[in-house]
Amino acid sequence: MKLKEEPILTDFLIVGGGTAGCYAALAFCERCDKSVLIAEKANIKRSGCLAAGVNALNAYIMPGGTPQGYVDYARGDAEGIVRGDLLLTMSERLNRVTRKIEGLGLTILKNPDGSYAARGKRNLKINGENIKPILAEAISKEPRITVLNRVCVFEYIVRDNRIYGVYAVSIDKPILYVISAKAVLCATGGAAGLYKPNNPGFSRHKMWYPPFNTGAGYAMGIRAGAEMTTLEMRFIALRCKDTIAPTGTLAQGVGAKQVNSLGEVYEQKYGLTTSGRLHGTVSENLEGRGPCCLRTAGISPRQDEDLQKAYLNMAPSQTLRWIESGNTPSMQNVEIEGTEPYITGGHTASGYWVNTNRETTVRGLFAAGDAAGGCPQKYVTGAFAEGEIAAQGALKYMDDGTPLAASGGGVKTLLESRLDGTGSADETDRLEEEMQLVMDEHAGGISRHYRYSGESLKTADEKIRILADRADLLKAGNMRELVYIFELMERLILCRALIAHLAARHETRWRGFTENTDYPDTNDVFLKYINSRFVDGEFQILFRDLVAEGEAYEH
Amino acid sequence: MSIEIRREACIGCGQCADVCPGSLILIGPEGHAVIPRPERCWGCASCVKECPALAIEFFLGEDMGGKGGRMTVRRDNSLLRWDIVKPDGSLKTITIDSRDPNGY
Repeated sequence: MKLKEEPILTDFLIVGGGTAGCYAALAFCERCDKSVLIAEKANIKRSGCLAAGVNALNAYIMPGGTPQGYVDYARGDAEGIVRGDLLLTMSERLNRVTRKIEGLGLTILKNPDGSYAARGKRNLKINGENIKPILAEAISKEPRITVLNRVCVFEYIVRDNRIYGVYAVSIDKPILYVISAKAVLCATGGAAGLYKPNNPGFSRHKMWYPPFNTGAGYAMGIRAGAEMTTLEMRFIALRCKDTIAPTGTLAQGVGAKQVNSLGEVYEQKYGLTTSGRLHGTVSENLEGRGPCCLRTAGISPRQDEDLQKAYLNMAPSQTLRWIESGNTPSMQNVEIEGTEPYITGGHTASGYWVNTNRETTVRGLFAAGDAAGGCPQKYVTGAFAEGEIAAQGALKYMDDGTPLAASGGGVKTLLESRLDGTGSADETDRLEEEMQLVMDEHAGGISRHYRYSGESLKTADEKIRILADRADLLKAGNMRELVYIFELMERLILCRALIAHLAARHETRWRGFTENTDYPDTNDVFLKYINSRFVDGEFQILFRDLVAEGEAYEH
Repeated sequence: MSIEIRREACIGCGQCADVCPGSLILIGPEGHAVIPRPERCWGCASCVKECPALAIEFFLGEDMGGKGGRMTVRRDNSLLRWDIVKPDGSLKTITIDSRDPNGY
């Protein structure tokens, strides 16, 4: 198949129109009159992890609280492996971005005096079903923002460690876009689908994180030589069994405790960090005291009804489950389980290694949201804040003399040879499933209770390399199949990076998220960031000292 | 977890195909929306909310314990009316106003 090459020129290119990307575009336009282009693989109206909605804003500084207090909370939850500079600069903006999204139309619950009503220490009650349509509408009103929906960015154009643009393809038509930009923001989100999922059959995509977030941003950065950080801090969510719906709404909303099959509240025994709650659940199951549940039986009819509504606004499958089974939460406790591991910088500290302005180690390439590392517990408002910081950084960096990206000649030939019409998405799916099995068995998936060892990681690495070689030979019959191949290759290189990171941390710091059987205890020699760079086909590991708040970190 | 598009009810407007975050829905040669690979669906229900003809039904796969219930959504300005047909054929409707914050 022949591809048509289309050059596009913009000032600020945003790769990914999700939470961070959309907000960054709006923040950029508030500050200058330059042009913005959002390249989005799906459609910004419902793309990214907020497609179904979101139930609460989980990062807000309540009256009496301080940004430093939020930093302290996030640092404690991540057992010290955070960037103080990133957390503080994010926390300082949380309340401002909250007011801004309310102004755009998000419903937030208020007290009679007009202040926001709290759900827990840092959380606001909202109706977030329509948060993406709200962002998309705000963007549609800004004439300087162009949105390219259904376009998949697959490669950065980098020379001498500086970015000049990206290569992208239409997912429908045989078009190769060569997009030139003065600065680029990676806001692609994180990665799901690396490990065998909870429901491996027909419902394989019923997972916590969007299955369409393939780690594209990380993979493009890795290939371009960008430094990555803390990938080994995997995120494993504690979820409602089968539907993989959130549990925080039950725990925080109606105060449901985690109980084992004996009816004992076990959560205190293991610590109340995010990873501790998961570790406790895995441990209780292993010791024969499962299944574990959130104790909801006995809540009032009003609470029951409100929960059904709350889940429709973010995870409708759970409400359907309650109603079709006839066992609503007031009648029966909700069984919980851990998900497969994900990589996501909005919850943990995984992602690009950035300076305080959110510029990566590639000049002119910025990162925000789930793509950016060092700054966990971002959630929605933190992703907005980072999008804003990155947009400001990009504006400051921009040089009007930036030359255009070179034409896509070589890339075009390569893609055309892959698009020879002989392939099928089934082959890509098969390799993806093999990859997920390898990661599950050898790199600490669900079936291994998240445990791995140096030896098992070595096996995982060998097998993933073989799969990557096989993926290299895949052919596509159309643009959609080509994108599936890109996505598989993104996941495979990210798996290799993740394995290298897991192997480098000779300790078990976040019980549940990491379970290194060679080193089952915490060792404070590893109070360091584990970073990596991909050089000549291999991952080089760097240990970097912790960065505190108050410092401005430069590369 | 997936959706089923009822061909006889589909008006071919394409709004579902536009919003699907996985770009999984296509307009087939006869002008109806189709989801060739329903196992790729995430279950976000974006298409269900978008469909003006109530042609898209949301259901839970049997492998995750689905019992045959079906869900559609009627949109009425700020109201979302979720109609859930239970396995025994009875209907339960839950109405949510986007101007009302969640109770939890």
